[in-house]
Amino acid sequence: MLRFVFKRLLESIPTLLLLITVSFVLMHAAPGSPFSAERNIPPEIMANIEAKYGLDQPLYIQYFNYLGDLLQGDLGPSFKYKDFTVNELVAESFPVSAEIGLWAFITAVVLGVLFGTIAALRQNTWMDYGVMSLAMTGVVIPSFVLAPLLILIFAVHYRWLPAGGWQGGQWMFLILPVIAMAAHYVSSIARIMRGSMIEVMHSNFIRTARAKGLPARYIIWRHALRPALLPVISYLGPAFVGIITGSVVIETIFGLPGIGQLFVNGSLNRDYSMVLGITVLIGALTIAFNAIVDILYAYIDPKIRY
Amino acid sequence: MRLSMYSLAMALVLGVGASTVSAANVPEGVELAAQQEIVFNNQSEPATLDPQKIEGVPGSRVARQLFEGLVIQDEEGNILPGVAKSWEVNDDNTVFTFHLRDAKWSNGDPVTTSDFVYGWQRAVDPETASPYSWYIEMTTMKNAADIVKGNKPPTDLGVKAVDDHTLEVELDQPIPYFIRMLGHTTMVPAPREVVEEYGDAWTRPDHMVSNGAYRLTDWVVNERMVLKRNTSYWDNEDTVLDQVTILPVASENAELSRYKAGEIDLTGGSTPLAIEHYRQLKKDIPEQIHTTGQVGTYYYSFNNKRAPFDDVRVRKALSYAINREVVTDKITGQGEIPAYSFVPEITAGFSPEEPDWAKLSQQERVEKARELLEEAGYGPDHPLEVELLYNTSDNHKKIAIAIAAMWKQTLGVNVNLVNQEWKTYLATERAGNFDVARAGWVGDYNEASTMLDLLTTANGNNYPKYSNAEYDKLMSESKTIVDEQKRNDLYAKADAMLSRDMPVAPIYQYSTTRLVKPYVGGYPEANPEDIFYFKNMYITKH
Repeated sequence: MLRFVFKRLLESIPTLLLLITVSFVLMHAAPGSPFSAERNIPPEIMANIEAKYGLDQPLYIQYFNYLGDLLQGDLGPSFKYKDFTVNELVAESFPVSAEIGLWAFITAVVLGVLFGTIAALRQNTWMDYGVMSLAMTGVVIPSFVLAPLLILIFAVHYRWLPAGGWQGGQWMFLILPVIAMAAHYVSSIARIMRGSMIEVMHSNFIRTARAKGLPARYIIWRHALRPALLPVISYLGPAFVGIITGSVVIETIFGLPGIGQLFVNGSLNRDYSMVLGITVLIGALTIAFNAIVDILYAYIDPKIRY
Repeated sequence: MRLSMYSLAMALVLGVGASTVSAANVPEGVELAAQQEIVFNNQSEPATLDPQKIEGVPGSRVARQLFEGLVIQDEEGNILPGVAKSWEVNDDNTVFTFHLRDAKWSNGDPVTTSDFVYGWQRAVDPETASPYSWYIEMTTMKNAADIVKGNKPPTDLGVKAVDDHTLEVELDQPIPYFIRMLGHTTMVPAPREVVEEYGDAWTRPDHMVSNGAYRLTDWVVNERMVLKRNTSYWDNEDTVLDQVTILPVASENAELSRYKAGEIDLTGGSTPLAIEHYRQLKKDIPEQIHTTGQVGTYYYSFNNKRAPFDDVRVRKALSYAINREVVTDKITGQGEIPAYSFVPEITAGFSPEEPDWAKLSQQERVEKARELLEEAGYGPDHPLEVELLYNTSDNHKKIAIAIAAMWKQTLGVNVNLVNQEWKTYLATERAGNFDVARAGWVGDYNEASTMLDLLTTANGNNYPKYSNAEYDKLMSESKTIVDEQKRNDLYAKADAMLSRDMPVAPIYQYSTTRLVKPYVGGYPEANPEDIFYFKNMYITKH
């Protein structure tokens, strides 16, 4: 297993390098400078600014300088937020996105698996239709509609919960963004789980277990759940990275200081170092979690190991 | 130093020896709330809080609370003494001498003239790489231009600390509105020791030392800033609010929800509310809507160097055919004023003559536009094709669609709408790759030249590429005239010239619409630059 993990790590290096190179070229190819603004900056002042940020160097030198700094863990200064480095901003914002994402992920997995299983075991009953209708609603309603709706009901009308803000992560401020973020994933997981569970429950080994007279609860828990979870897990790998690296919609609507906002603003502002820094982070996490999914797969389904 | 009669008169107008100071003026009988805290939505995260590097409105709004320059403004935009308690000017209006009051930094150190010298030198120093160093050049402070270009050291800047309380500023050219320009956030002092110790990180709450009514105590990027009262501030006794929380909520819908939920006391006002929300609010809470005119104009730039927009008849025809009343009533609808000249009426001391075409009815204007376009060789058989460039925004889009429809219906012009995201739009505009482009300009100070200078040949922001030697001469001449009336007569002539040559089509004069909770007192209703100081506000019992 260690060898497998090591191999995956080695494979990730060229992938990451390619990601950085493509992002670097694309960012610099985008029209507009990080420092262009409504008011045109006179050329001599622009030259001073570009010199300060090393943008007066040829592109390939900027690229190698960037890689050199990156190897030392330095993501560079933010071109937009001039008082901060990218390291500082990422270190402040990533935990916010990760915390909300993690809660949303846990909520989505627990409720999604539960609802999907119930719907599958009560196939074609009112429970199945009820749960699946809810799931369909969750998939269809985008978060930019659901989030304002939640705010309108729970913050503006009843004033039970805050409409936005982070306040250091107090739980009151987490509830609405977590619900808004988890809703879509609950629905997707429930639908995948239902389909998978139905398929497993019609398998020969389940029929055999039933024929042996094993109790239904035992069959579901011991035999059906693990194989039924496989498609859910392959969905969760990339979803997990997506969910913990921030949703710009949720962060914008709830005013959360997460990484999603930084990333989108970074692209719009041509904040090269910010976009590259977050790209590296997300790339590394994606590679890591895909590896984790592979390992989990091998653990859950021994057939994969052979 | 001998004072001439006119410089003395001007100095008095601008506040020499003025005893009035800006402070919270709580009317008698008003009961204050026990908790004096306010939440303001700034609508965007400032790119920096370093006053010598700030270039945007969000940063300036915060810096204004944290730092104080030589002068500040009252609620109507008039100049008041800030750290300077008085000042004098020499005969030819090139040497200004300021006398500082006993002000202190938030760490208790005295604010001295050397802090101003350091701050201003820092702003022009190429090492600082301030995007606003051009502003100091515009004041014509001695050697500023050479220092920015790296030809002279920052210590050569024309500002001198005569003693701890006397500051002398020398200009290369007399600028009659120099005092007004000092209100800008670039012109505040800087605490040398702190800046040198912490570098770019000197603006962090743990490090920052400021000389305004508030000091920074908390800053979470993209979430909030917390400002607490600076007890060392010279006018702390008259300050009422203890805490100001500043949010960067950009989404108008999120801002409105949080205002309704009671989490925001003052909205940003930088982006107009969606008109459907505005109409509903006007019904529900009209007393909480505050609209103030602004020194700024929304306009369409014609590419004066590209055919057929190099033909004044085409530019005039397109401008005349815009029904500005429809734009301000039906699309923006929040107190904007239709603009028929480039300089807004609200600009201090400016009273232009209404251009002839503005006196016509819209129907008459359209008739005139048809004639002009026909003369230029365009008609039903040979329709004019126009590419209209605008940057992504609901409002710009609605306005562009409406104006394209007006041009089509009245003149048969075929319009191709080109929408680009902000930075791409800027690159396209600067490269001159447009026929007609959406644009807007908000003044840096309350004076007509802040608008009119834009269309001089050498101005870096003159994207329509208008070039008229007569106009340039007028604007250059205006810089030498101290008498406000005479200067404004020249501005009126320049403005009339724009109306004649129509390099741009002014559409409306900006306004700021802000929601303010009824318990907020001291909100300035009439500041044409939307400048406000929280030290003048208070919370009533509610």
